[in-house]
Amino acid sequence: MIESKLKVATCSLAGCFGCHMSLLDLDERLFELVDRIELDRSPLTDIKELGECDVGLIEGGVCNAENVHVLMEFRARCKILVAIGACALNGGVPAMRNQFSLKECLEESYLKEIGLVNPQIPDDPELPLLLNKVHPLHEVVKIDYFLPGCPPSADTIWTFISQLLSGQPIALSYTQIHYD
Amino acid sequence: MSEELSFTLDGRRIPFQDGQTVMDAALAAGIYIPHLCFNPDFAPHGSCRVCLVKVNSRFQASCTTPAADGLAVQSETEELREIRRGILQMLFVEGNHVCPACEKSGACQLQAVAYYVGMLNPHFSHFYPRRPVDASHSEAVIDFNRCILCELCVRASRDVDGKNIFAVQGRGIEAHLVVNTPSGKLGATNFSIHDKAAQVCPTGAILTKHQGYNTPIGQRLYDRKPISVVGDVAHLPESRGGRRHD
Repeated sequence: MIESKLKVATCSLAGCFGCHMSLLDLDERLFELVDRIELDRSPLTDIKELGECDVGLIEGGVCNAENVHVLMEFRARCKILVAIGACALNGGVPAMRNQFSLKECLEESYLKEIGLVNPQIPDDPELPLLLNKVHPLHEVVKIDYFLPGCPPSADTIWTFISQLLSGQPIALSYTQIHYD
Repeated sequence: MSEELSFTLDGRRIPFQDGQTVMDAALAAGIYIPHLCFNPDFAPHGSCRVCLVKVNSRFQASCTTPAADGLAVQSETEELREIRRGILQMLFVEGNHVCPACEKSGACQLQAVAYYVGMLNPHFSHFYPRRPVDASHSEAVIDFNRCILCELCVRASRDVDGKNIFAVQGRGIEAHLVVNTPSGKLGATNFSIHDKAAQVCPTGAILTKHQGYNTPIGQRLYDRKPISVVGDVAHLPESRGGRRHD
C-alpha cells in the first residue's frame, strides 16, 4: 500500500510556543516527518486558512474568543485532535488567573502595576475579548489524544506521531510522560 | 506446628500476622499498592481511596482492611487502575496543581501516583478554587492550592510532634486545611522544618523555603523510575530527593 501523506495542522492558543519548539527539537527526525506528513495551517507554514486535515495538534488553553473560534474550526476540520502540553490539558500557567476575576487581573496588570505610564485597560476593537476563565481544550471540544508535559519532550512527540502515523496504539514509556 | 496466615494478592500468596492490614502485609512483601493518605508511620486514615483493592469481589481501601486468612485480593487490574485514575483526576481538578510552576514537581507523590496509574489528562472540569498561600513562616511555606486533605500533617503534628498545628475545617467540598492559631498563619506557630509534619506532605502544599529547584530535571526523585520502585517521598533520605530527616 502506498502511504499518502497525512495532512497535519498545528496551532498555539493560550500557550507560549514551547510545545512548537519541542516539535522543532525533533532535529534530524524532521526530515523523516516531512516525508510522511504535509503541514497545513501552522505557525511553521504561516498558512492562515485551515483545510481538511487528518491530524490537528493544539498547544495552549482557551483564554479568549478567538481561541474558541480557532479551536472549534480545528475540531470541525481535523479527524484527530490532539491536545499537546500542560496548558492544553489543564490551562497551565495562564489558568493561574482563574482564581481571580478578570476585572481583578486587568486592573492589577494595567492600572495598579508599579511604573505604569498613563495606565489604562486595553480596549482596541481588534483585540480578542478575554474569557472570564482560561479553559483546557477538553472543556470546549472533544479531544482524541492528550500529550502531557511542559513541554512534552521531542522524544514523546516523536513516539506519539510515529505510532499515530503507523496506526499503532499509543504507548509512551515512563520517562516520556511528565506533567512539567 | 502453626499454619502461616496468608491471603492472595493478584494471585500471589502474601503471608501476614494478626493485626496487619492488607496494605501492611503487601508492603512487607515488597508489593506496591498506590496510596496517598497512607503512611506506615501513622494510623490509617482511609480517606483518599487511591489504595482501593477488590477483596473477595468487594471494593475496599487496602490501608484500612484487616488482612484475613484466605482472602482473594485484586490490585493491578484494569478496572481498579481506571477507578484510581478517576480518583487522581478528581484530586487534580479540585485543587490548583500547576506542575510546571511547582517546586515539588518531579518529587511529588501525587504526581508520581498519577504517572503510575497512567493519568494522561484531567478528564473533569477544573474547579480552579481560590486558595491562599501562607509564606509567613521564616523556613516553610504552605500553598493551600496543592492540599489534597490527606491529613498527614494533621496526624504528624498531633501524634508525633505534639504541637497540634494543623486541622481540617469545614465539611464536604468546603473542607480545607487550617493552621491552629487565631491569625491562621503558620508564622504564628512554633512549627519547625524539623517537625515530622514538615516531612510528610505528599504534594507541594508544605514546602521548605530556599531549596526550590535545587535538583536538575532528569535527576529528581521520580524522573527515571516509577514510585512503585522508588518509594514514598516521606521515606527517602534527603540525599535521594526525599524530605529532610533528622
